[in-house]
Amino acid sequence: MKIIKRLQDNVTFIFLFILAILYLTPILLVLMNSFKGRFFISDTPFALPNIETFVGINNYFSGIAKTGFIQAFGYSLFITVFSVATIVLFTSMMAWCITRVKSIISSLLYYLIVFSMIVPFQMVMFTMSKMANIMHLDNPVGIIVLYLGFGAGLSVFIFSGFVKGIPHEIEEAAAIDGCSPIQTFFLVVFPILKPISITVAILNTMWIWNDYLLPYLVIGSNYKTIPIAVQYLQGGYGSRDMGAMMAMLVLAIVPIVIFYLTLQKYIIKGVVAGAVKG
Amino acid sequence: MQKMPKKYYAFFTLPTILAFVISFLIPFLLGIYLSFTEFTTVTNSRWVGVSNYIRAFTDDKDFLNATIFTVKFALVSIVLINVFAFSLALLLTRKLKGTNIFRTVFFMPNLIGGIVLGYIWQLIINGILINFGVDITFSADYGFWGLVVLMNWQMVGYMMIIYIAGIQGISPELIEAAQIDGANSWQILKSITIPTVMPAVTICTFLTVTNSFKLFDQNLALTAGAPARASSMLALDIFNTFYGRNNYEGVGQAKAVMFFIFVTLIVLLQLRLTRKREIES
Repeated sequence: MKIIKRLQDNVTFIFLFILAILYLTPILLVLMNSFKGRFFISDTPFALPNIETFVGINNYFSGIAKTGFIQAFGYSLFITVFSVATIVLFTSMMAWCITRVKSIISSLLYYLIVFSMIVPFQMVMFTMSKMANIMHLDNPVGIIVLYLGFGAGLSVFIFSGFVKGIPHEIEEAAAIDGCSPIQTFFLVVFPILKPISITVAILNTMWIWNDYLLPYLVIGSNYKTIPIAVQYLQGGYGSRDMGAMMAMLVLAIVPIVIFYLTLQKYIIKGVVAGAVKG
Repeated sequence: MQKMPKKYYAFFTLPTILAFVISFLIPFLLGIYLSFTEFTTVTNSRWVGVSNYIRAFTDDKDFLNATIFTVKFALVSIVLINVFAFSLALLLTRKLKGTNIFRTVFFMPNLIGGIVLGYIWQLIINGILINFGVDITFSADYGFWGLVVLMNWQMVGYMMIIYIAGIQGISPELIEAAQIDGANSWQILKSITIPTVMPAVTICTFLTVTNSFKLFDQNLALTAGAPARASSMLALDIFNTFYGRNNYEGVGQAKAVMFFIFVTLIVLLQLRLTRKREIES
């Protein structure tokens, strides 16, 4: 029996190992092609670079120049960091308040906001971008307001689920000691919310960093984020610079891989916590 | 805390409410109204009744084709993603060496954005198809299966993580007891593992259903609907109706309302079907 178990384990290990290599192949393939001349990519993507096709990091230079990648990186970083911070702060405040104060208004707000999660973005994209125009939200600061509105559904939902599990007594003790609701929230409740705040922050980061359509419609013509910069290279079919494209794909993936490998423990926990609360 | 003075209630809720009203609620209600009008900007609308809804089907076959394409795609991907994710989760909960590294690798594609994923797979699929003298724009079937492969690569790791959490929640005593009673591994899987991970199945089908029906970025980057809109999914078709044609904003908005109703019905149906199978624990 033991030998069979050992044999099974080894076969499973080899199978998973091969699968893991296959999983990484697409990324490695793009990395490899980013060092090849632009005319040697589409036709022979599986061939290694050789003396004739190797161009060093020229694609990176031309790609960065064509797309304004450095600026795009800056916009993506700015929008993601401040939107996520805003979402975590304001939706946790709201979720705590409407969970603790039981009233018709609270339930109405909760269901309305959670309902927005199911609605496809296409339903509101036209009217929302016009609205953003009228309200002068069509810049990297204004878009944070839009992300707060669209992020509210999932975030309020997750925070509310967590708040329900916190015993009232702690907050009541703080109130008896003379804390106002604002002090109670920031000194007592917010620290308790820390683990679920990390979950909410991670889920929103993954979404906002990669989001294409919302920033494209609202700020795309003046401020390109990374996904918009990549799509911008597409141009007309066939006329595009495949070398620059490969280099930009690599540059778009690198920050994500660094983010993932440094915060992996939190990301995987966050995804599970977010899903189970969902 | 049953009561809170109004000013505090406003302090806690107003920032989110304002943002929500501006970015979602007003656009949503305005969107429903505009679907019954003809307009080019939101201020010059003219009431036309349900004619936009009729035109969505009668002016051309794009919307109908996109609906069929989306439903087919969603069915195939939902089944494949969940089967693969669950099988991987079973393999990765057997306490083998290297489990953590495998988990890390399988989850990684999920963090890459849809646009980038689309171009990565376009390179690979075109690289294979060029040996047969065609590329991905040659037939909608290539676009279809390309999207299926892409979505599997992206989502299997995510769902696997959720299934792993579900499987790890099964008490070892239960499985030991079953083994002592002489149950084989197939019986344990069927009678213990699958019933106890049903909540995870609900979550994973919910996530795959919504992601598959609402797919946009990947579709835009991989094929952009080629050939001739035959591989457009609903979200992309609506986008093209709005921004790719003149004087079709009303039709685009009507399509969007139908898309919204369609997705909502599917989600409600899915939650009913899977919730029913969850056991009380």
